[in-house]
Amino acid sequence: MTADLFMTTQKNSIKRTQRVQVFVRLKPAVLDVQGKAVESVAHRLGYENIENIRVGRLIEFEVPAGADAKAIGEKLAATMLGNPVIENTEVLVG
Amino acid sequence: MTKKVTVVSFPGTNCDHDVEHVAANLFGCPVKTVWHRDLSLEDADVVFLPGGFAYGDYLRTGALAALSPIMSAVKEFAANGGTVIGICNGFQILCEAQILPGALLPNSHGTFCSRWLTMEVAGASVATQGLAPGTHISCPVAHGEGNYFAEEQVLNELQANDQITFRYTSGDNPNGSARDIAGICNKARNVVGFMPHPERACELLLGSDSGRQIFANLLG
Repeated sequence: MTADLFMTTQKNSIKRTQRVQVFVRLKPAVLDVQGKAVESVAHRLGYENIENIRVGRLIEFEVPAGADAKAIGEKLAATMLGNPVIENTEVLVG
Repeated sequence: MTKKVTVVSFPGTNCDHDVEHVAANLFGCPVKTVWHRDLSLEDADVVFLPGGFAYGDYLRTGALAALSPIMSAVKEFAANGGTVIGICNGFQILCEAQILPGALLPNSHGTFCSRWLTMEVAGASVATQGLAPGTHISCPVAHGEGNYFAEEQVLNELQANDQITFRYTSGDNPNGSARDIAGICNKARNVVGFMPHPERACELLLGSDSGRQIFANLLG
């Protein structure tokens, strides 16, 4: 193999990062004005049987392959991505 | 003795000049403005977190600003009894930084609210000392996220401890905030946050000077 093809093969076969997803949702007791606005327009469009639309947030990022992705995600979620007064967070890896 | 004022400015803050004007030109205070990346409050007696759209309200209003380098100094200053006043976005930042309890949600009716209204003094604090409960203050509000929220238990504690500093007058709540709360203070009463803008009601020429009472308490 030429040097270029060798390096490309190496890069493609080693996954250098893993993906983390943090879902941030308003706590059930919290008024979701955005959700209500979306729901009223959905109803106007004819989706009459949809109820309780809540709008949340998805934050995605990558960490190195060997890192404790779940722990990193949970720490970031707790310190920054979600406000514990009004939001719950859920961390998914991969 | 004139108070030394420090105003904290974040990227997107736009009400710093109004606070600087009131403090410097109406009350003759020496005023310094520090940047969110600074580490020192520059020997302040009174610290203001003014209104605006720090970080464009990205992630959550006040969320990124609350993590700015300057906020360590603000937390320490507040913990040591220093006077900290958060106006509008400043109130949101104080709540995100957990210097004050609760959070500010989007206005319940779903729209940005920009109009004059009357709030009333509801409790004792560095901002309201000497002002009788029920004292009316006519001033503008201009916010999209002023709906004060906290768990019932926290609201009950605020009420019991007399930490509800300002309320919207009955029937004139512009954002649906719990218990008509317009502003609160911490347990030690040296940190006060409120949504309305009394700094815009300090000169009759601009519509009202009933906001001066608050600044007379803080800066006089």
